[in-house]
Amino acid sequence: MSDVTIGYGADGAAEAAPGPSVSIATAGDFFALLKPRVISLVAFTGLAGLVAAPGAMNPIAAFTALLCIAVGAGASGALNMWYDADIDAVMTRTAARPIPSGRVAPGEALAFGLTLSVFSVAVMGVLVNWLSAGLLAFTIVFYAGVYTMWLKRRTPQNIVIGGLAGAMPPVIGWAAATGTVDLAPVLLVALIFLWTPPHFWALALYRSADYARAGVPMLPVTAGEAETRRQIVLYSVAMVACSLLPVAFGHAGAVYAAAAAIGGALFLWLAVAVYRAPGQNKVAMRLFGFSILYLFALFAAVILEASIGLAPLMAAS
Amino acid sequence: MNDQSAAPRALTPEQARARRSRNIALAVSLGLLVVLFFAMTIVRLGGAAAVRY
Repeated sequence: MSDVTIGYGADGAAEAAPGPSVSIATAGDFFALLKPRVISLVAFTGLAGLVAAPGAMNPIAAFTALLCIAVGAGASGALNMWYDADIDAVMTRTAARPIPSGRVAPGEALAFGLTLSVFSVAVMGVLVNWLSAGLLAFTIVFYAGVYTMWLKRRTPQNIVIGGLAGAMPPVIGWAAATGTVDLAPVLLVALIFLWTPPHFWALALYRSADYARAGVPMLPVTAGEAETRRQIVLYSVAMVACSLLPVAFGHAGAVYAAAAAIGGALFLWLAVAVYRAPGQNKVAMRLFGFSILYLFALFAAVILEASIGLAPLMAAS
Repeated sequence: MNDQSAAPRALTPEQARARRSRNIALAVSLGLLVVLFFAMTIVRLGGAAAVRY
């Protein structure tokens, strides 16, 4: 941070106007770099993987693992904001973020993101286990490197492939609890992976002018809104089918099955509504909002069944 | 460096507030990290923590 640049007045008196390198970033600005709303979803899905895993995990160790997942996700968010500051500055939705608004210097964000990345992985490795630390490191590198620096500005498949980073927390949580990887958390990863495209493309439909102005090749910009609506429906069908796999494989109980069936039906209904209502982007935003609720509901069902022992939820295969 | 150049430049109220906010957050984070490492050390040692050699 630029706090180290304490200035000295040439006349020996304290100067009223210090140099521009003295930071005006508050703790809140650095917290905003972590993308707290994204962290909440990441931590929640990580918690689901953790509690669904077989065997008991010490609560302090579980808390440590969750903290590392949350901080690692936040760190990759900070690195994303550092790299994408030029894009954020021209998009309405992101113009008020700490870097484009001038409250945090790019170098500060980079140092913050790198420090937290290394710290979260190291703490996970030393205090929990190195498999979960390795998966966390992969997630951070994938989000900041593969998605942010490579895919985002090059291909409309950016959020499809990049979605893997956001999908990883359940398997990290599972690995933290067991030291292994199993089919059950991989199914949850697949669910989030397939959920990401309709979730983001619904937002992209609403913000397509913003993305076009910033030069980000989101699907509505490169392939048009009609194709985006079609792809939203296709991915929604695949996602709902995938959400039922834990039930089919005997890993999930009745609560999850009900949540997946009802939530999936509503998701499909909204996706079809988006498809059949071209130009009405409010419908797309309704799908975007519901998609967040849907994911929370499904993972809440996973946590609930694991917590109160509604077997055979997420039993190891 | 002569003595006259040793006086630190004053911060504006906004900069001072921001620095104080960062310092407090950093202190709290470091404190929590110490507590976390202590607690996890005890967890990992388990019953062996009470063994005296």
